[in-house]
Amino acid sequence: MLSPDLFEPAFIAVKDGFLLTLVITIASFCLGQILALPLALALTSERRPVRLGISTYTFFVRGSPLLVQLFIIYYGLGQIEAIRDSYLWPVLRSPIYCAILAIGLNSAAYSAELVAGAIRQIPAGQWEAGKALGIRYSVLLVKIVLPQAYRAVLPAIGNELVLVMKGSTLASAVTVMEMTGSARVFVARSYAPFETFLIAGTIYLVLGAVFGRLFRFVETRTAIPGR
Amino acid sequence: MLDAIYQYQGQLIQGLLTTLAVAVGSLLVGSLIAVVLAPLAIYGRPIVRRIIMGYVGLIRGLPELLVIFLIFYGGTVVLTNVTGRYFEVDAMSAGIAALSVVAAAYLTEILRGALLSVPAGQWEAALALGFRRPRAFRLVVLPQMMARALPGLANQWLVILKESALVSVVGLEELMRKSVVAAGATHQPLAFYLTAACLYVMITGVSTILLKAYESRLTSHLR
Repeated sequence: MLSPDLFEPAFIAVKDGFLLTLVITIASFCLGQILALPLALALTSERRPVRLGISTYTFFVRGSPLLVQLFIIYYGLGQIEAIRDSYLWPVLRSPIYCAILAIGLNSAAYSAELVAGAIRQIPAGQWEAGKALGIRYSVLLVKIVLPQAYRAVLPAIGNELVLVMKGSTLASAVTVMEMTGSARVFVARSYAPFETFLIAGTIYLVLGAVFGRLFRFVETRTAIPGR
Repeated sequence: MLDAIYQYQGQLIQGLLTTLAVAVGSLLVGSLIAVVLAPLAIYGRPIVRRIIMGYVGLIRGLPELLVIFLIFYGGTVVLTNVTGRYFEVDAMSAGIAALSVVAAAYLTEILRGALLSVPAGQWEAALALGFRRPRAFRLVVLPQMMARALPGLANQWLVILKESALVSVVGLEELMRKSVVAAGATHQPLAFYLTAACLYVMITGVSTILLKAYESRLTSHLR
């Protein structure tokens, strides 16, 4: 059933999408992590309205499929005239930017919950000791609380990167020809699903393994010696 | 905007039911596979254990959409070759098959972890009291295992529910697909996609509440 001479054209077809997959994955992941920190701080805030507002956001994002969110951003927002007239339109008109935005906003909600969970795990004594020493809130956060929280949550963030990579395949649903999209187009032409998806799958597995390695490296570098 | 949704509400509800059917079907098939694989992954021969862990690792690293495409297009090619004439896999079977294969891997991991977390002393005590192995498993180990596995199972149900939207890409007429069709016909994508999102959130929200309640009942002895 597998014909060896189809592997090469399949590889060439899939390869074209690799760069887009990589760009979408890394850009969405970065966007997600940048947004996750303020969201996590809001989730652990002492002010109830702030907490409630952001937890409503994470509830909706985590409760609905990424595909719907992508379609809301790509197809839905274009329906509003104010957005079509705004300077954001060139960004929101492009399927690639929309995919990055949708996956990034989605990942931000999941990551925010992770980081917020880690911040809540920090013993209250750490905060109190810092305050008793007269350390400012911002310094306390950056020097004491966040290093501990992020060390705890680092493996989960590595996992999130792989999830974002898997999510990047959805971009093919809004016409972006990333790896899965190109694979699908090639299958429609060549009628060789096994060869093509086998190659695409292998590349995803390798990429995921590289990401996993990367995070384990960061973990060992940032670990506290002797613990 | 609202009357467009009102006009399509029958379609959306039909789609919602199909979504639930795919998700429940995948959860059931996935669980059946996992129930067999999880004990094998612990007590099986080394080669069996390695194959199962390889399967779990493979699925965890592959995008779900790719698995759906592989089964949908691959199934079509296989069945066409086997039957000798063009045979297209219907999206429902392909969707349930793909989501089950994916869910089975995660569920195996969840059940394996839960099974390992039951202390060996529980087995030994049951056997010492004269239970045979199957009975000891069913009456002593299984209830404790399920109590520990429930949070993971609940989470997996929510994951499957959301993944089922991906099957719309190969044409299954579930909630997402119905919304796409309605959005195209009425030129009101925002209204329909927001409605679809709200319906998904509603199901996941209700599921979360029910599962939390069941979990606290199941673990009341631990508190």
